[in-house]
Amino acid sequence: MKLITAIIKPFKLEEVRQSLTDLGIEGMTVTEVKGYGRQKGHTEIYRGAEYAVNFLPKLKIEVVVAETDVDRTIEAIGEMAKTGQIGDGKIFVSGVEKTIRIRTGETDAEAL
Amino acid sequence: MKSKLNTTAIGLTSAFAVIALAAPALAQDAPDAAGVQKEAQYVFNTLLFLMGGFLVMWMAAGFAMLEAGMVRTKNVAMQCTKNIALYSIAGLAFWLVGYNLMYPGDGNWIVQDYIGTISPVTMPDPASDTANAYSTGSDWFFQMVFCATAASIVSGTLAERIKLWPFLIFVVVLCGIIYPIQGSWEWGTGWLDDMGFSDFAGSTLVHSTGGWAALVGAIVLGARRGKYGPNGEVIPMPGSNMALATLGTFILWLGWFGFNGASQLAMGTIADASSVSKIFVNTNLAAAAGVVSAIILNQLFYGKVDLTMALNGALAGLVSITAEPLTPAIWQAVVIGAVGGAIVVFTVPLLDKLRIDDVVGAIPVHLFAGIWGTIIVAWTNTGVSIVPQVVGVVAIGIFVAASSLVVWLFLAATIGLRPSEEDELEGMDKSEIGLEAYPEFGSGSQRV
Repeated sequence: MKLITAIIKPFKLEEVRQSLTDLGIEGMTVTEVKGYGRQKGHTEIYRGAEYAVNFLPKLKIEVVVAETDVDRTIEAIGEMAKTGQIGDGKIFVSGVEKTIRIRTGETDAEAL
Repeated sequence: MKSKLNTTAIGLTSAFAVIALAAPALAQDAPDAAGVQKEAQYVFNTLLFLMGGFLVMWMAAGFAMLEAGMVRTKNVAMQCTKNIALYSIAGLAFWLVGYNLMYPGDGNWIVQDYIGTISPVTMPDPASDTANAYSTGSDWFFQMVFCATAASIVSGTLAERIKLWPFLIFVVVLCGIIYPIQGSWEWGTGWLDDMGFSDFAGSTLVHSTGGWAALVGAIVLGARRGKYGPNGEVIPMPGSNMALATLGTFILWLGWFGFNGASQLAMGTIADASSVSKIFVNTNLAAAAGVVSAIILNQLFYGKVDLTMALNGALAGLVSITAEPLTPAIWQAVVIGAVGGAIVVFTVPLLDKLRIDDVVGAIPVHLFAGIWGTIIVAWTNTGVSIVPQVVGVVAIGIFVAASSLVVWLFLAATIGLRPSEEDELEGMDKSEIGLEAYPEFGSGSQRV
């Protein structure tokens, strides 16, 4: 099992969700986050004074999938979240030792 | 508000006054046509005061919403508390002391033409309320809401960093003493009125007075913590709710028709009714020109339209036309209002350069545009020359700034004006009044 964590542009969420659902991936956790990467922040003007917005709003998606699903999940997220402009985000993959479904007590692949 | 109407005794009463005015033929057949006409005028004058008065009263709501939208979420409940409290205090102070200090009447001055008399207002028996061509209560109410407007101006500038009680004590002094004394010099027929100064509805008497008190308060109080960086950079603190700020501005714009229109003080003749209507037209278009000039200048200088500057532009246009909304031709009202909008765009950053922190832009809107509006009266009103206008602006400026400074310094030295650093950073909703405006949003305590 792998945990796939993706930081994406907020307005891309629905396309990513639909695409993962089409792959048969049944679940996702989304968190509103702020951060910066190579894009850095940007500047805004309020009442004649310019100020820097260093942390930009992004969404963090977390999906746990079986090893066999890892590549196509990454591919789907990468394809759907991409605009080609700076600030599209990143995808991280890490290992997951164990998964338990709380209601039934099922574990690992059955719990996904 | 011009000088008060000449005292006019009202003759015999008639139950059909309004009908008689609408149908002159009937009046000619009535036993006392002159009496009927006077009573009709009394009714219409009073109606103008009452309607103008409740429109200006509603400006208190406009200020409250504008300020609630322009402060950060952690200070919204505090700002609303200050607004409902200051409006109430203004009324009580104007009843106990303010009104008679401002309108002492002939022979009642403590210092002739400079300081009126001190006594609470009383209301006459309605059946014999005939001393003026309008009812006593309607006049008091109309004057009182102007006083409250001056206090509202101060609260916006000093937002987010002044404790509740010292602010409210300042409001007592402003509404009970400072505002009425300078008001008596002009509207109470004191020395400025004698020398030919003219301020129709209060660009100087109401708006600049509030503006001076706010400016001195902002200097004594200092900026919000974190507003200015060590190298002089300005760190904006965007307001919490632009929709509320916009609603507040529209409410103020609406209220201004009472503020300027009813300052004609009479609506019992064709000439007066037409004047009130012309004032509405000029007032509306000056505000519109203030907005348009502010958004065009913002686009040119900053590459975007700043909503908060557009809102300030409307108010600056309104303040600019307030000193003389009747004599300008429409195009002149448009020019006067447009300059007001430009004043906002250029003086908001100027105040920041001077490190004077004005949260809502009240100093540019009410003080700077108020000065502009008062001086420019001489352009359109042939009966007014520029010298007394300048004297009035300077005299009232010195008096209000100096007396405000004394009060602010006294409060700072005694009970203190500012909360602790931790309390200010936590937000005054929690630290000062223990009530959050938005407990379930942002960093509110009830948010999961």
